Amino acid sequence: MTSELPDTRNRLIAEYALRLGDDALVLCQRLCAWVTNAPTIEEDLALSNIALDLLGQARTLLAFSGRSDGTNRSDDDLAYRRTEREFRNALLLELPGGDFAFTIARQLAYTHYTSLLYGQLAASADEGLASFATRAAKEAEYHCLHASQWTVRLGLGTEESHRRMQSGLEHIWPYAAELFEADDLTTRLDTEGTAVAPAGLRAAWEREVTGVLTEAGLTVPAPSWQATGGRSGVHTEVFAPLLAEFQSVFRQYPGGLW
Amino acid sequence: MSAAFRMDTDQVRARVETVPDPELPMVTLADLGVIRSVREDADRVVEVVVTPTYLGCPALPVMEADLRTVLAECGHPDGRVTWALSPAWTTDWISERGREQLAAHGIVPPGDAGAPLPVRLGLGRPCPNCGSVATRPLGPFGSTGCQTILVCTACRESFPHMKAV
Repeated sequence: MTSELPDTRNRLIAEYALRLGDDALVLCQRLCAWVTNAPTIEEDLALSNIALDLLGQARTLLAFSGRSDGTNRSDDDLAYRRTEREFRNALLLELPGGDFAFTIARQLAYTHYTSLLYGQLAASADEGLASFATRAAKEAEYHCLHASQWTVRLGLGTEESHRRMQSGLEHIWPYAAELFEADDLTTRLDTEGTAVAPAGLRAAWEREVTGVLTEAGLTVPAPSWQATGGRSGVHTEVFAPLLAEFQSVFRQYPGGLW
Repeated sequence: MSAAFRMDTDQVRARVETVPDPELPMVTLADLGVIRSVREDADRVVEVVVTPTYLGCPALPVMEADLRTVLAECGHPDGRVTWALSPAWTTDWISERGREQLAAHGIVPPGDAGAPLPVRLGLGRPCPNCGSVATRPLGPFGSTGCQTILVCTACRESFPHMKAV
């Protein structure tokens, strides 16, 4: 008997988990670059611990994706053996670190999004996604608090910290919009109660983020364009070098263990 | 050791519950609240169900290896260690003895996980050195991801606090 093709629904769920997992994995890699470079040693620890949480989330999601799509690929297979066009992260997560304010602006956008998303996904009809989200929602909530507190400190800090924070927000806002992009996959899975269509999170996200920015004396950006492409594997020019560095050890020593 | 030596499930459970946490060895995995169950499955294999503290906690693989070693020592080299993500672990599951152990080692134990976030960050947690409640957050993470660092404005000492989640 020939092996059975995985049913369409499982492949859709696998693709959905891959998007969320790639978001976490790529941001983890970007945050790690702050180790020894953050403004204070406490912040070195904070960003690296947040990165570690993201790595744990990415591993759980990638392993789940590899089991669901019928290929039985492991988290390592998916992280290290895919090429640029096979990654499904939103472009926001791959942008270079920039200054500290830029990193905080990205954290603010992403963590408010994941906090809302995982909170709702915890009620998913799919047991794998629901149990992941139950755990990850708690972690996202703490990351969200970290980003919000820094946004207020930088916004109300000095003229320079305020200027940099506002500039970071202006830079990332067109990319943050991609997180809420609607497409057939999320619409379909949302209808059957498996996934959360991100478009439905946008109003709550705007309310929350606007609250933080108002407290910080910052202006909510109103960009004239929005980024797209990450969910179909079309990345920015900075992504290939990021991936090359991330996969370099694995590719030099395939199958290496320690 | 004879091939027939196999502890029964209650004995295995008693041994498993004494395994220390790799990062906070003053607390056992049972007192930390991560051991969900120790039972014999339908196929007569002993299974330990564990819940992760944080998904990225570097202690997780060490916990799993330690549990496998204990299972083998109990005569169950075929024993299973299974991770259960849901319901999610909460610091409310840390036992009274676990909290006492943390406090005895200078780590201020977590408060109620249901409290609103700013309180959970540790504001108002009494200083373990001088008892003052005039403490404030210094760093969101400490020597392990589950701790935060607070500083006492009265005696100026900093101290770790396990975050309520």
